[in-house]
Amino acid sequence: MSSSETAVIGRSAVPRARSTDPGRARGHEREAGKTARRLGLRFLALGYLLALLGAPVAMIFYRTFEHGLAPVWNAVTQPNAMHAFWLSVELVAIVVPLNTIFGIGIALLIERGRFRGKWLLGLILDLPFAISPVVVGLSLVLVYGRAGWFGDWLSAHGIQVIFSIPGMVLATAFVSLPFVARETVPVLHELGTDAEQAAATLGANAWQTFRKVTLPAIRWGVVYGVVLTTARALGEFGAVSIVSGRLEGQTQTLPLYVQDRFENFDTTGAYAAAVVLALLAFATLLGMNLLAKRTRRDEVV
Amino acid sequence: MAIEVHNVSKRFGEFVALDDVSVTVRDGALMALLGPSGGGKSTLLRIIAGLETPDEGSVSIGGQDVTHAPARTRGVGFVFQHYAPFKHMTVYDNVAFGLTVRRAPKDEVKERVEELLGLVRLDGLAKRYPSQLSGGQLQRMALARALAPRPEVLLLDEPFGALDVQVRGELREWLRRLHEEIHVTTIFVTHDQEEAMDVAGQIVVMNGGRVEQTGTPHELYEHPSNEFVMSFVGPVNRLGDALLRPHDIHILGSGQDLYSDGSAVEALVRRVVHLGFEVRVELTLPDGRDVWAQVTRETASELELAEGQILAARLPPPRIFA
Repeated sequence: MSSSETAVIGRSAVPRARSTDPGRARGHEREAGKTARRLGLRFLALGYLLALLGAPVAMIFYRTFEHGLAPVWNAVTQPNAMHAFWLSVELVAIVVPLNTIFGIGIALLIERGRFRGKWLLGLILDLPFAISPVVVGLSLVLVYGRAGWFGDWLSAHGIQVIFSIPGMVLATAFVSLPFVARETVPVLHELGTDAEQAAATLGANAWQTFRKVTLPAIRWGVVYGVVLTTARALGEFGAVSIVSGRLEGQTQTLPLYVQDRFENFDTTGAYAAAVVLALLAFATLLGMNLLAKRTRRDEVV
Repeated sequence: MAIEVHNVSKRFGEFVALDDVSVTVRDGALMALLGPSGGGKSTLLRIIAGLETPDEGSVSIGGQDVTHAPARTRGVGFVFQHYAPFKHMTVYDNVAFGLTVRRAPKDEVKERVEELLGLVRLDGLAKRYPSQLSGGQLQRMALARALAPRPEVLLLDEPFGALDVQVRGELREWLRRLHEEIHVTTIFVTHDQEEAMDVAGQIVVMNGGRVEQTGTPHELYEHPSNEFVMSFVGPVNRLGDALLRPHDIHILGSGQDLYSDGSAVEALVRRVVHLGFEVRVELTLPDGRDVWAQVTRETASELELAEGQILAARLPPPRIFA
């Protein structure tokens, strides 16, 4: 928040300094040129966004509701569609809390920990960004599959990881791991350690310090990380596609269902499911935004 | 509670922050750690609080060895240089923090917080957030917060450093009176010698990670044990190896008879600077060396001091530190 504030101050300070210039006319000219450049830049940025995001998303919505609500309703209430929807929700419900807790933990380690090889932790944390999800899926199969390292042990104990929920949870957790940590680290850094040390001298133990001092101060970073994690987990395709085996009505998540419908020339089903997926993502963003606004109104930070 | 620091050393990588430091603070004392920045004062304070652990040596509070005890068990109130407010909490919740983490009953917390807010003159601001307070108010909130759990020891790190001059003066006065009222053993860190002398009964002068001298303000000023202390606790003139205080140079006047007993020297007035009550007179001695003398306004007008005058001046016996 502070960085956006300084940006605003910086922007308004520049023209004010200009207007006191002795060469006023030249200043105005320069000002006009600047405005044109700024507008041009804005247009370019918006155009890019529109071409990349706006038009395709709008198109999906248009195609979906082209023939009214009834066919859409039929498509999304198909048992397989419903199953895919609830499976995606289930995965998010498991993965997001897990990655939130571990993400905050990793962020604390990176920012507050004192140990050798910390840079390595940061590097490993970024792996899910760098590695293609398909590779993640394949490597999970290699480790947990029937022929994998733990394959014998797992099947001996009647646990099936690959082609079932545990494997999908693993895959989704892997690809969405970095978000909470990466959003929290800079906030923790900015916060500094003074307030935490103050809490310690006031008699707070580590947990009380975290819950009452650290967590409230970093919560917007965490919330943003959670939003990104949720969006990523909802949309994950590559890794889950390999690990799940894409069994219709069993291990088919919403993105996999969309792909499946599309490949089977059921465009109505594909578009309808895609719209549901998009709406879920919008709802996540909107919900977090509203929550942020409401809480922020209660206090001045 | 008395505090004893024995032979404490602390390094940060290559940098030696404290080098074999020993300090004793009487129960109920008000002590200043005085010195230039980087001299080790803050590190010593943080070691006493348990925010740093010494590499060598020990710390005891009230006769109990706390060298390896965590900060939260030491019963120490700490006021941070930038106050370290809990920004998401109201003033009330900030002050109550040390009590609520101990699960004190609600009405007891309320009573104590109100008492302290009255003591630091913040009543009526309980519902504000730290971002709505001025620097001086934040400072007092931080103090109330530190005092709430009734600490045995109060430690303040550059408590007035970030405040403007007027507020600083008021808070100093107020801290001294507060100490008279509640008698908690207090140590504060400062780089301002005037502040240290104004507030503290005992001063520890630190430099380069070592204790240079410990004593009352009077002792330090009158009997500095070395050149560093003498030049840090007050203004000095340097004449080769010798140091003399500007107010010890007596300007006698312009009469010829003033030289008769042989103790006076001729001095040329180069500049007269009026600084309110004090007048600063810059002089050149017959051997060409420059010194400055501090005289009162009355003396200055009596002698009709003006640039270019040649006057008789008596220099004090210089102090030379080996």
